[in-house]
Amino acid sequence: MTDFVLKRMVALVLPFVQMLGFYVIFHGHLSPGGSFSGGIITGLSLIAFSLVFGLERGQEKVSERMMSLVESFGALWYGAMGLVGVLRGTTFLMNKGAGVPLGEPGKLYSGGLILLITLGVGLKVASTVVTLFVALMEEEE
Amino acid sequence: MSNKIAIALLVCIGVVVLLAISELPLYGSPDTPAQNYVAERYIEGALSDTGALNMVAAIVIDYRAYDTLIETTVLFTAIIAVFLVLKKGTDRKGEHK
Repeated sequence: MTDFVLKRMVALVLPFVQMLGFYVIFHGHLSPGGSFSGGIITGLSLIAFSLVFGLERGQEKVSERMMSLVESFGALWYGAMGLVGVLRGTTFLMNKGAGVPLGEPGKLYSGGLILLITLGVGLKVASTVVTLFVALMEEEE
Repeated sequence: MSNKIAIALLVCIGVVVLLAISELPLYGSPDTPAQNYVAERYIEGALSDTGALNMVAAIVIDYRAYDTLIETTVLFTAIIAVFLVLKKGTDRKGEHK
């Protein structure tokens, strides 16, 4: 697509869309939203970039290799967070019982492991959406 | 002949299913087995148990963390399935199939 207005508008809007996506991911334990919705917003911003500027330039921004790495390590990161509970002598995926400091409710750091797990799942959802889109678009060509 | 057996079996199963449905509790009635202490426990203990203000996040990522863990692997499986069907890979010698 070579529409001038579309390109400039996307260039203006997309940074804010990505910021919103990461805001939703990082505030998943404080406000409505969370890993899945925030990851979808972040992934869709990358998809919009690829749609407007072309698949090649989109691939330059986030390479396929990086996407597959994030894709593969997202669930592993979740499992690693679960092992914190095992290392502290309690059960898998234990949060408060494993002695993780919960922080003050309402602050950005609160909820113990929830923030870290949400970050991993959010990045994984974003990479999943982008990878699906790229796979389907490449098939089209 | 086999058609008649099949119809008879279907009628039998249908009667059993309808009997089971007639025994179901009313939708939203307070004394169903689903309305037990779990919801109350979540509402009262979510903040002190997890420190998260968003109760949905507290339930999804703390109380039901196993569920969400498997959910992320569902995404991974979806990607693998799409790659299996669509992606043109290379074999070990690096030649395109």
